Amino acid sequence: MKARPVNLLGRVYLGLVLVFLYVPILVMAAMSFNSSQFYMLPIDWSFDWYVKLAHNDRLLEAARNSILVALVTTVIASVLGTAASIAFFRYDFRFKKVLQAALFPPIAIPWLITGTAMLLFFFWSGIGRGLHAMILGHVALALPYVIIVVSARIKGFDPDLEAAARSLGASPWQVIRHVTLPYLAPGFIAGALFAFAVSFDQFVISYFLSVPGVSTLPVEIYTAIKKGFTPEINAISTIVIVFSITLLVIVSRFYRFGGDR
Amino acid sequence: MASVTVSHVSKSFGDFQALSDVSIEFADGGFYALLGPSGSGKTTLLRQIAGFSFPDSGEIRIGGEAVESVPVEKRNIGMMFQNYALFPNMSVFDNVAFGLMVRDTPRSEIKARVGEALELVRLSGYDERKPHQLSGGQRQRVALARAIVFRPQVLLLDEPLSALDKALRLGMQVELKRIQREVGITTIFVTHDQEEALTLSDKVGVLKDGKLLQEGTPRELYERPRTAFAATFLGDANLFNGIADDGELALADGTRLRTLEPLARSGRMTCAVRPEKIAIVEDSAQLSSDSNVLEAELEQTIFAGNSLSYLLRHGDTSLRVFAQNRAAADLQPGQRVRLAWCSADTIPVEA
Repeated sequence: MKARPVNLLGRVYLGLVLVFLYVPILVMAAMSFNSSQFYMLPIDWSFDWYVKLAHNDRLLEAARNSILVALVTTVIASVLGTAASIAFFRYDFRFKKVLQAALFPPIAIPWLITGTAMLLFFFWSGIGRGLHAMILGHVALALPYVIIVVSARIKGFDPDLEAAARSLGASPWQVIRHVTLPYLAPGFIAGALFAFAVSFDQFVISYFLSVPGVSTLPVEIYTAIKKGFTPEINAISTIVIVFSITLLVIVSRFYRFGGDR
Repeated sequence: MASVTVSHVSKSFGDFQALSDVSIEFADGGFYALLGPSGSGKTTLLRQIAGFSFPDSGEIRIGGEAVESVPVEKRNIGMMFQNYALFPNMSVFDNVAFGLMVRDTPRSEIKARVGEALELVRLSGYDERKPHQLSGGQRQRVALARAIVFRPQVLLLDEPLSALDKALRLGMQVELKRIQREVGITTIFVTHDQEEALTLSDKVGVLKDGKLLQEGTPRELYERPRTAFAATFLGDANLFNGIADDGELALADGTRLRTLEPLARSGRMTCAVRPEKIAIVEDSAQLSSDSNVLEAELEQTIFAGNSLSYLLRHGDTSLRVFAQNRAAADLQPGQRVRLAWCSADTIPVEA
């Protein structure tokens, strides 16, 4: 069968999207294995930049900070977010609708503005800057995502399941353990991964809230680029990309799982 | 097993009176239907017995013990929910085993009893399936097995068959009755389907607007309804409005109907007559001396294969007559016919 023009156009379009999305990433990944600092071709394959990276304390320190901030943010945001989702689902209270509506604007407000606001507020309130301030900021950013993801899961929950479990003799704790939590798990995990990703990828707010000497990976990469680009950046970026893709594959698995039943 | 006693239970939600002063005794081992339209309070009553909701006043006893302070999980009741509420993440085996698992039953005993329960509902071999891999009828059997496997004192069924299509429903009625008889458990089920109530239960309670109108065996309720509502909600009924005069019911056109027993009261009265009790007579010689006779005009005949429904009119009153398709006369709309029925089938009811 011959491809019709429209069909062909669609394929070209799809091809272009994929090219623009992945070619830069692939080029960067390839260059991280090229021993030439000036991107000379053909590629002279080596692990030089990864070895150099292993001795770059600043970048490694920043990576550790990033992971620490992201993990703490994930724990706090997913616990708070899940609790909030359950409260929204189960209870009726004053200003519930207002609160629910108030969740969405922070997602739409540019991070630059949120970051400026946070910086002002943290200065004014004496919280100051540093990793603790970053964690506060990241939790605030991640919370709406967690609540949206977990709420989507809870919405499909049949309260009769809990009633059935109780009628079968389950104590309130057994109901939560055997019925409610297993049901929520996919939503909870997807929410947690979202929170981790939001925090780990965060640049603007981290940049505003970092103090000299203590920063996260995106901030450190930015600083390094300003000083002069070295392929070490390619190396660490490649590691981060592999890590992010793995994370997103896991999210999508749980997300689909969560949507199905 | 245990009896359930409901005495003077009232419950309101805001302005809505869901139950008002309801008293019923559910005998040990009986199969009891709570029948009523939606909003009649039947489900509220079931939830009160289960312990999901508590009476504003009155008392509920299970096995002679007041259960006011006993939470749901300690009441030892098996409940089947309208949508079955099977745990979607668990296999059939784990669903059925749930009531035993939370009671810390030893593993080997769980295995044996779940096996028995699945056999009872004819689902042996389905242990590893997930609920979404089952048909509606199979899900219902799993829900039933799950509700009885831990040998509860009472089995509560909330509209147990409403989610099934008609053919499946008839089959499950037979199954449900068989299983209840085999297990011998006190069973209370809520339904809005009069046929289900009549065929399944050995006792029926009719509820309306939060009140228990009447209770009795299906036969008693059908043959001797006490209210016009019970007469029309449980089966079909022709209602005759008239004035009690000298023990008989005098209709507007002067026709006099004799009733089951001579009417004791005077004033306006209503009597109910079941459509299948009325015959269309063409030969007056067939009439016995205690028959009521009424002239009516045929409006429509509905042919349903094995039976026929005649829709007739007598003055302002629409009437319905059922006849078996045995030697049914070929009657034309507009034709005047003579109806006759036994005076004992003319039941005085509260309007």
